[in-house]
Parts: sequence; structure tokens; C-alpha cells
Amino acid sequence: MSDGNGHGNGGLAQLTAKDFKSDQEVRWCPGCGDYAILNAMQSFMPELGIAKEKIVFVSGIGCAARFPYYMETYGMHSIHGRAPAIATGLATSRQDLSVWVVTGDGDALSIGGNHLIHALRRNVNLKILLFNNRIYGLTKGQYSPTSERGKVTKSTPFGSVDQPFNPLSVAIGAEATFVARAIDTDKKELIDVLRMAAAHRGAAFVEILQNCNIYNDGAWDSVRENKGNRLYLRAGESVVWGDRGVRIGADGSAEIVPAGAEGLLIHDPGHTEPSVAFALSRLTFETVGAVPMGVFRDVVRPVYDDGIAEQIRDAKASRGEGDLQALLLSGDTWTVD
Amino acid sequence: MVAKPVEQIDHVVVRFAGDSGDGMQLTGDRFSSETALLGNDLATFPDFPAEIRAPAGSLPGVSGFQVHFADHDILTPGDRPGVLVAMNPAALKANLADVPAGGTLIVNTDAFNERNLQKAGYGTNPLADGSLESYHVHEVALTSMTVEALKGIEGITSREAERSKNFFALGLMSWLYHRPVEGTLDFIATKFAKRPEIAEANQRAFKAGYNYGETSEDFAVSYEVAPAKLAPGTYRQITGNSALSYGLIAASKLSGLPLFLGAYPITPASSILEELARFKHFGVVTFQAEDEIAAAGAALGAAFGGALGVTTSAGPGVVLKSETIGLGVALELPLLVLDIQRAGPSTGMPTKPEQADLLMVLFGRNSESPVPVIAASTPSQCFHAAIEAARIALKYRTPVYLLSDAYLANGSEPWLVPDVSTLPSIAVDFATGPNEGDEFLPYKRDPETLARPWAIPGTPGLEHRIGGLEKADVTGNVSYDPDNHDLMVRLRAQKIAGIATDIPLLEVDDPDGEATTLVLGWGSTYGPIGAAVRRVRRAGHKVARAHLHYLNPFPRNTGEVLRRYDRVLVPEMNLGQLSLLLRAEFLVDAIGYNKVRGRPFPSSELADAITALVER
Repeated sequence: MSDGNGHGNGGLAQLTAKDFKSDQEVRWCPGCGDYAILNAMQSFMPELGIAKEKIVFVSGIGCAARFPYYMETYGMHSIHGRAPAIATGLATSRQDLSVWVVTGDGDALSIGGNHLIHALRRNVNLKILLFNNRIYGLTKGQYSPTSERGKVTKSTPFGSVDQPFNPLSVAIGAEATFVARAIDTDKKELIDVLRMAAAHRGAAFVEILQNCNIYNDGAWDSVRENKGNRLYLRAGESVVWGDRGVRIGADGSAEIVPAGAEGLLIHDPGHTEPSVAFALSRLTFETVGAVPMGVFRDVVRPVYDDGIAEQIRDAKASRGEGDLQALLLSGDTWTVD
Repeated sequence: MVAKPVEQIDHVVVRFAGDSGDGMQLTGDRFSSETALLGNDLATFPDFPAEIRAPAGSLPGVSGFQVHFADHDILTPGDRPGVLVAMNPAALKANLADVPAGGTLIVNTDAFNERNLQKAGYGTNPLADGSLESYHVHEVALTSMTVEALKGIEGITSREAERSKNFFALGLMSWLYHRPVEGTLDFIATKFAKRPEIAEANQRAFKAGYNYGETSEDFAVSYEVAPAKLAPGTYRQITGNSALSYGLIAASKLSGLPLFLGAYPITPASSILEELARFKHFGVVTFQAEDEIAAAGAALGAAFGGALGVTTSAGPGVVLKSETIGLGVALELPLLVLDIQRAGPSTGMPTKPEQADLLMVLFGRNSESPVPVIAASTPSQCFHAAIEAARIALKYRTPVYLLSDAYLANGSEPWLVPDVSTLPSIAVDFATGPNEGDEFLPYKRDPETLARPWAIPGTPGLEHRIGGLEKADVTGNVSYDPDNHDLMVRLRAQKIAGIATDIPLLEVDDPDGEATTLVLGWGSTYGPIGAAVRRVRRAGHKVARAHLHYLNPFPRNTGEVLRRYDRVLVPEMNLGQLSLLLRAEFLVDAIGYNKVRGRPFPSSELADAITALVER
């Protein structure tokens, strides 16, 4: 029996990436960042040591949402925005499963924003992967809730006037217990993050910076092309990149200081209080010229489905397995002869 | 003291009315419980505002509870109360028109002060101006006598003492109709166990009311209603929403599947969520979702995993679930959707019943999206309706709508508790292995039911992907093939239509087979139509009646039944939704009788409508 996190099942024959490839032809546009993510996932899955039949991918609508069709596991391609809700029902009623949600910036943060924040605050045992390309791809190029202000798209010919969401700030604000970021092209780092997400019991939120080469090509070139702009967060180490580092200022925000400065922030994803993780989530290429990558936050908190299961166990232990006839006859009864 | 005379009567309708905060629902509920234990047949109709505590003493704040009890079987809570207990002027004003001349009014005189009279819109005091001359009025100083009776109880405030007045009224009514009192005394002790002084106050008020009836010269006569001759067996009282909850638990037991309820609080469906949340020892998972959409989605997700997935709501919530139900149609997974209808559109009148969601549940989804629809007819019948809805959902792997309404949800009646060993098995076979050589084809259908295999995650070798994109017949792979789409649309329709062979025929009640008029109803009009038909027959007319529990598909003899009669009357608490369907499907000139007042039909009014048609 696995615990729903990919542990156990040691007796299983060793699977390979090929075992996780379904017979369906992959139909993303040539050059799409999704290929790299799919490839990384299929390579990583055998490492979980969990039987294929115990893994479920649930998605909503969008380009990213086609993901489940390509994984040789159980899967459901559902409704725009609703995957976290559907997956919550599945994970809560089937604790033995490893349930993954694949979503995009529109799916997770626009139409499905409500389900995302509630799945995170409940801490349902789900691994939520948000492929962020800052554009609506499947509907052919309208701006998304992560598109930068001023973005000119088909639906914003004069530029977007919307303030975008920062997905990690949203997740941390929604009481997420695991928050991380990776980029499609960095397979090793992506798999490292997926591994840690899989090991986290509870809701794990991973933003994957992904390039849509058709409608928003180059959206992440600042870090995709220039690796020096990636700020890798390593637990127990100072937060530094190049000749610069991060210190937490008097107002609680992250300030950029020379790498040799005193009082550099030592990264601690296990810190219960989310304010430092939030401060790190505010660092963007636009504001500081770097994008933090890796695990921002990884804390232990009671898990929703565990709580539900525990209440059922306790009720059965104290009252015995429910007796239907006794239930129907509960309360005041009378007999007619 | 000379014993007061006792009069035997065969039935009575009592209405308790007061402020929303006066405890009228509790009082009515207890009176009904006493009545049930005595063995009368009974039907109740709680009628209350959506506001929790509307301004005290105001007309919108009036809350009522009507109970009809009899020494014979009855079908409705009664059209008009013979006895009205009015706790204040607003309660009198709001309800007086329903009380026939010669009826009895029991009035709390303490509340008839200038301020309350003014709030109720009375220019003069009706107790003094002669306007109540045609009624038997009992003026009872309920509040002050309650306060007096509670003197000496330590630890209660004067406000708390006043609040016990509903138990004084209950005691008085219990004496007047010879109701057994032990159950209420025990109930008070249990309910207020944490505040023994309140328990004592309520018990004392209850006894004081009872004794007042016995000693006061104002009440010269008391009444007995003998037990009804009901079928032998063990009975309990049950509301529609409790019966639905128990039916869902029964369906879980009978199917061997864990029950997963996804719900978002909404009147009048919330009590199903609250009720089921108590039964964790039955393995029930209740998920109070962030919204109606998530409630339905989670239930569907649980169904994918092999649970009995259920979502409950009322019209304004059901509309939000439409997309998920459409996905359920495409995925061909079982999902129970309970719509406890209320008056609309939009928020409408949340606590008031209506039957106007029928066309929505049938057609309120994009594209060709057929869903079976079942409707419960009485509070206790909700139990069997829930099991039947689950049976169909599980067997045919489809979302199923079960319709109830605010009248059934809150109304109660005696229920002959079934022996669970007589309930049908609705066990399900999950797919366990390949169904075509060594392959598993998720959309290869059972040739008889057209249902597809249900392979749940965790089953080795059957890994497969499903989704809302159109699927190729048999393989379930994504398909944009035009002919395949046409075939799939037809297969989904055929599957649902085929359920007609698996449900009972429409039964007609036509005692001597000579009627030329048929009254056809569905849902909660069952009781009012039945009572109306009895009246019409007592007056010497011949009339047939039938009641639809299946709205999609219709029982396979429906057309034949309709054509047997010259005239078909269809009473509905909507503007003619079933009539529309009958006309479209059977080319029958169905005559609607439609009232949309947020109240069940008075059976006298229906009887007039039927008589007019029969005599035509």
C-alpha cells in the first residue's frame, strides 16, 4: 500500500520512462515547452516506485490540460478550471492514489482561481503543476492573468491594463504548504522539484515557467536563455546569485545587497511563518533582474484527506460500523399491530 | 373538580404561528412527535421566512408550522387550520385569512400591546374591536403566566423566562388534544442538558400550560383524535430531507460503495449535508466545497475513484453544476444530483416550494446531454427515490437528477420503516481486466444497458484516460470523426431512453375504470392531488389519477395511459412544464392547472378544478 505520495511498493518491477508513455500521439505545437515537461515527468515517474495504476493525472482545459492523455496512468481531462475540485474528491476518497493536477495560468488562476486557493488552504494531498506561459494558447493568443501589464494581444490591442497575478504569491497567500518554481528547459532542476513535491504530504504547488513558441515566444527568455538570472534557492544556504544576495529588510521585504554583505538570508523552506517565502516570491526579473527557482516553502501541516479519514476511523471505532436498520429505527418510533 | 367533557373528532389542522425567534418550528415539531407517538396519521408543513430573525413583531418575520392529524390516513397538511395559535398580532394578521369562520384562535394577549399592534399594521386591537366575532377566541396571557410559573428558578434571566412561552403553548395544546407528554419532557431534558435551569424552565412552562388547560374555565372541552388504522409495522416520523439522507446511506450500503457528498450550503438542501455529516461511522464523506461547482466536481472525482458520488443543491446552485453534469454525461460515470427545488428565478423565495426546475434539469446543459430524472412524491418516499436514483446512476453509469422541493424537504409524515433485508441490491461490478483480448476498451458498452465499463484507478492493467473531448466509440480515444460523433450522440441518448424498460409502468388509480378524466401529477403534488381526487370522488364524480416518479425517461406506457382519457389535467407548481413535455412527446392536449405561489396546492382548490373539468 502506498501512502499516496509515491512511497512504498518496493516489490514492483522497475518501470522505465517508456512505461509512462501512452499510445496517443502528442499534439502540442512543435517547439512547445510542454514537450520538455512531459519528457521530464515520464523520466521521473519510475523513480516514484509506485505502480502506474495508482497514479492519476487530472487536468482542466487548455494546452497543458492535454497532458493526461499522454501519460500511461489513469487520467481525466475535465472542465476549465475545475481540476483541483475534481481531484479533491478523488484524493479525499482514495488516499491510496498519487493524484497530480496539471493546469495552466488561465485554467488555474482565472477561471479556476477559487478551486486552486481552496485546495491549497485545505492542504489536500495533490501535486499541482501550473504551466505558466503568460498567454491563452489554446484559444489562440489572448492575454492571461499572468500576462504583464501593457501586454498587446488579440484581445488587448491597446495593451492590457490588468495587474497580473504572481502565482507563487497567490499560493503562499492561500496557505499552501509546498510552493516551488522550475523552468521547462532545465530537466534536472525540474525533476528535483517534482521529487520534493511528490515527497510532500499535502498540497504541493509547482509553477513551471513554460514557453509558448506560437503566441508568446520568449516570455521567459530572461531566465530561459540567460541562466545567470536564475536564483536557485537551496535549503540551508545563503540566498545569492552572481555577485548579489538577498537580505530581509526592516519592512519584511527582500532587498538586494552585494553577495558579501552581512546578514544574508539563509534559505529555510521549512520555516512555518510564510512571510519570508512570500518576500522571495516577490522577486522578479522585472524588479531585481533575477527569478528565484526551487522550493520556496515546504512545511508540515495536517492534510485534509487524512483528517477526513481519521474522523471516519474514530467514528467507526467509537460507534461501531454503521447499522442501517438501527439508523432507520433511530429516534421516536411506534408500532401498529 | 369535575372532569371536563371530552369530544371525539376524526381530524384537526393546527397552525402554530409567531415571530421567527419564538420557537414555532420547535413547538410544531414537538407537537407532531407527540401526535405521531399517539398513532395518528399526520402531515406537517413548516412555513418560515428566509430571514433568521426578521424584525420582531413584523409581518415578514412570522414563522408558522402547520400539522394535520387524523384517525384515518391523510395526504396533506391540510388547506386551512381549524386552530391557530398566534403568539403576537403579526402572527394573527398574517394567518387569520387562512382560518375558516368558526375556527379556533388561541392568542397570546400579552403580546397585543400598542407597539406590536402598530408593527402588525392593526389600527385597533382585534381582540377588542369585534373583528374576531366569527371565531372562537381563547385569550391567554401566555407570556405572563409563563414568567409567573418560572419564578424561583435560579440562573435564568427574565428574557429567558419569557422565551419559554412556546412550551407553555405546547403544553396547553397537548392538553387540548390529549397528546402524550413524556416524550416532550424527555426531549427538553436532553436538548437543554447543558443548561439544567433552562431545561427546568421549559419543563415547568410546558406543565403549566397543560395544567392551565385543565383548570381554566376558558377551555371547557378537550378533544381526542383516535389512532389511525395504518398498516402494521414500526413507524417513525420523517422529513423529506432526512429520508433522502437515509436513502443515500442505504444506497451506499446496498451498492457496497462509500458515499461521497459534495455540497455547498443552500436552502432548502443544507439539512442533507448536515444530516449526512453525522454519519461518519457509515463511512460517509461529506465535503463542504468552496462553491457549487466544486461540490459537483468533487463528487464526480470521487465517482471516478469508485465512490457513490452525490451532490445536493437547490435551483440557484444546480445551474452552476450544469457543466460538471455535462462532463458526467461525456465521461459516463455515475453521479447523483439532488435538486431540492425552491421558488425562483434567481434567489426567488428560498424557503418556499416550487416545481419549476424540471425543464432545467432535463435540458439545461449544452448540446445533446440526456440525463435521467426522478422525482420524489412524499417526504417518506424520498428514501426509496434516493435508492432508485442511485440504482440507475450506478447501473447505467450516468448522472441522475433527483427532484424534491421545499415542501417535501421540511414536511414530515409517519413512515413505515422498511426491513432493510427487503431492499434491493444495487451492487456494481467494476472492471477488473481486459474486455477485448488483452486490451481494455473503456467505451466498449454492455450490449443490454449500453453502459460502459467502470474501471477505477488502482486496477492494474486498465490504465486509461477519459475526458470531455468527444471519444471514439469503443476505444474512448479522442475523436473528431463526424460519423463517430453522430453515433456517440445517439448512443448516449439510446442508453438513457432504454432505462424505460427497467422502471415500473405508470400506475393508474381509477377505481371502477369508468373515468374519462385523468389527473396526472409529478413530485410533491402527490398529496394535494390525492386529497383533491378523494373529495371529487366523494361528491360522486369519477376521476382517474396517476403520478409520475420518472420524468426521463417516462414509463413506457405513459402515452397509452394518456390516450385512454378524454381529458388530462396536469396540476403543477410551475407554468406548465410537464404539460409541455407531454404535448411534445405524446401529442396529448394536456390541460395545465398552474399556480406558482410558493405554496403547495390547497386540495380544495384542486378539487374545484378537477370538478369543473369532469363536469364539462
